[in-house]
Parts: sequence; structure tokens; C-alpha cells
Amino acid sequence: MDMRTPLGKVRGLGSAKSGTEHFWRVRTTSIALVPLLVFYIVFLIIYAGKPYAEVVGALANPFVATINALTIVASIVHMRLGMEEIIQDYIHSEGMKIALLILNAFFSFLIGGLCLLAALKIAFAG
Amino acid sequence: MANVTNNRPLSPHLQIYKFIPTMAMSIVHRITGGALYFGTLLVAAWLISAASGEEYFNWINWLFGSIIGQLVLFGYTWALIHHLLGGLRHIMWDLGYGFEKEFSTMLAKANLVASIVLTVLVWAVVLIVR
Repeated sequence: MDMRTPLGKVRGLGSAKSGTEHFWRVRTTSIALVPLLVFYIVFLIIYAGKPYAEVVGALANPFVATINALTIVASIVHMRLGMEEIIQDYIHSEGMKIALLILNAFFSFLIGGLCLLAALKIAFAG
Repeated sequence: MANVTNNRPLSPHLQIYKFIPTMAMSIVHRITGGALYFGTLLVAAWLISAASGEEYFNWINWLFGSIIGQLVLFGYTWALIHHLLGGLRHIMWDLGYGFEKEFSTMLAKANLVASIVLTVLVWAVVLIVR
């Protein structure tokens, strides 16, 4: 017998009230990251150890800059969600858990913001 | 009142089970994910230095080019490739395929071997191209 109300069934959020949002975001970012990171790795293979002007010139290319920015955004979202899962699994004291979840969000957005700013500066200002 | 949950029977935990390849690759997937989390700092340092000017970029390049830097970057490459391949296995499972015991065990072993082979390959190509 299905005990759920028709409205609850349509919303599909379950008892946690956030549904499969977390799961879904981990998956969409991971799928996006497969081609993005393959590109990133190939880029780094080509430009590892190359002089400054050459590397910055390549990063300023609009296509590379777009891939760079997309990789940063997808990675940061993915790593934040992943660390959230690790914290929720292993940290059992409520106060510590909340503190670490906040720290995780701050750390991710700080690193993500810095990377994105750097990528945009290279793209627009060289 | 006594804590009633104390006397409840516990389900068998990690040390009860034989350590098998799928278990090993499961925890390695999480560990590499955690390592990549902090490894993002390397990418951030590199990008920020490239945006800050030649002097900073050359300093980071020198740091990454040192023995310790190269070792860390080699480990970072392996963690990234291992996690990426592990992620592909997860996508397959999410789609509902590949749960057979023999197949998933084979794939767990393949994940480890392929991650090492690809990491060495990437570094070999970098060293040859340079």
C-alpha cells in the first residue's frame, strides 16, 4: 500500500524535503566534468613547463577561457557536494558537523571565486 | 534513564568482512575525492599566478618543478584519473548496469590498473613533449 499523499507523490521530495537534488547535482556535474577534464589534462600536457607568455596567451583564447571557467564552476560545485557527503557520513556531533559544512561552503566558494576571477582576468586583461 | 540503544545488537562492520577489490576501490574513490578537494589549491595557485604576472608564475612553476612539487603533481594526476574512472563506473551503476559480482570485481581491478597506466602515460607524454 502506498501511504504517500498525491501531492507528496507529485513533489517527490521524500522525508528529507530536498528530494534527489544533491544526488542529481553530483551526477550532472560529474558527467560535465568528464569531457571538461579530458580537455584540461590535454591542455596541461601541452603547456606544462611552457613560458609565461605562451601559457597566458593560450588561456586567453576565448574557447580555452570558456572551458576553463566551466571546469572551475563544475569542479567547485562537485567538490563541495562530495565533501558535504563525507562530513555527513563521518562527523556525528551536530555542532561540529554544521561548523564543517559551513567551512566547506566558504572554502569552496572562496577557491572557486579566486579561480574564476583569475580565469576571467587572463581572458579579458591578459 | 539508561541509554536503551547501548544494548542493541550491532550489524557486522568493516573488520568482519573480507577485504575485496570493490570495497577497496569504493574507499579509494572517496579518498581520491577528498585529496582532489585539497588539490584544487594547486590549480588555484597556478591560475592565480598566471593572472598575477610573470614573476609569480615563474615562482609557482619553479615550485611545481621541484622534486616535491613533481611528486605531489604526480599523485594529484593519479587521484584525478582514478576518481574520473571511478566516476564512470558510478554512472554505469546509476544507469542500472554492471552489478554482476565477477564483472564489478574485474572492473574494480581494471580501475586501479588503468588509473596507474594512464597516469604514467600522461607524464611520459609531458616529459617527451617537453
